[in-house]
Amino acid sequence: MLLALTALLGFQLIGESLATLTGGMIPGPVIGFTLLAAVLAALPDLRRAVEPTANALLRHLALLFVPAAVGVVQQLPRLRAEGLAIGVALVVSTAAALAAGAICFRAVAKRIER
Amino acid sequence: MEEVFRLWVYLSRTPLLWLTATLVAYAAADWISARLRRTPLANPVLLAVVILVLLLAATGTEYRVYFDGAQFVHFMLGPATVALAVPLVREARQIRRLLLPVIAALLGGSITSAVTAVAVGWLLGADPATLASLAPKSVTTPIAMSIAQSIGGIPALTAVCVILTGIIGAVFLSPLMRAIGVSDEAAQGFAAGVAAHGIGTARAFQIGELAGTFAGLGLALNGIATSILVPLLARLLR
Repeated sequence: MLLALTALLGFQLIGESLATLTGGMIPGPVIGFTLLAAVLAALPDLRRAVEPTANALLRHLALLFVPAAVGVVQQLPRLRAEGLAIGVALVVSTAAALAAGAICFRAVAKRIER
Repeated sequence: MEEVFRLWVYLSRTPLLWLTATLVAYAAADWISARLRRTPLANPVLLAVVILVLLLAATGTEYRVYFDGAQFVHFMLGPATVALAVPLVREARQIRRLLLPVIAALLGGSITSAVTAVAVGWLLGADPATLASLAPKSVTTPIAMSIAQSIGGIPALTAVCVILTGIIGAVFLSPLMRAIGVSDEAAQGFAAGVAAHGIGTARAFQIGELAGTFAGLGLALNGIATSILVPLLARLLR
């Protein structure tokens, strides 16, 4: 647990630092995620140590979005003015992206399976 | 009565109250969702937000005060994103085998999301700051907010759009996949992660471990892809 939390926070810290140094082109947590993946692939023992904590955190991933989501109360004036445009844009683009992602995935997977 | 008031003054100044309220609201929302057999419409994030917004309104609490407490939960989004490396490495062999479909779906989903969001918003007359806030809405909150900031959007509005996108994606995932005839768990999960980040990923984990793992991969890769594609798109449109 202690080792796992230290690893997760440590790699995020490294990631955020590199992101700041490189001008923020790639977000810090994503750099941390990539580096941790490389290290875990090389060290299976560390992976087994980090696994339970990582799984616990990921099982409740949805909870972590709640505080930002409550921020909706601050955006009510703009949502009232442009709510229709925003709502339709979100529904259409999310459905389209889901479909596009799944269809591209299947189309290429089918070619490989053949 | 005066004691109650004094207690309230004390509690409203410590982070403890709203931190606990966030956890309680989410636990209640998760319980309701489980009782309704995880029907996608009873999304735990949506329910928790409704509970908390009503609570803030009833107690006359400002969002800033709420966030002072809740920020500790919000902070964990960063380490959780890093933690997605664990299922990624565990399923490395599966993923390597499906590398080409993954790349195709990443580009397809990522570009479709940003382009259709901006195009539909523009057609319906949204102003430029709103369009810039919509463009990165398929990636996880901290990443989307920093992209919005860099292209002239409103980070707080982006946070709201990101969450709504996640909820819409989680609600649509299963019915939409049935409609287009995709039953492959890896394809469903990856699309969910690309289109609807962590909330889509949470939904994919309900479908299965494989779907969840590919969703986590999609979320992470789209964090990279969108932070390159959206600023590029913004420059083209300017």
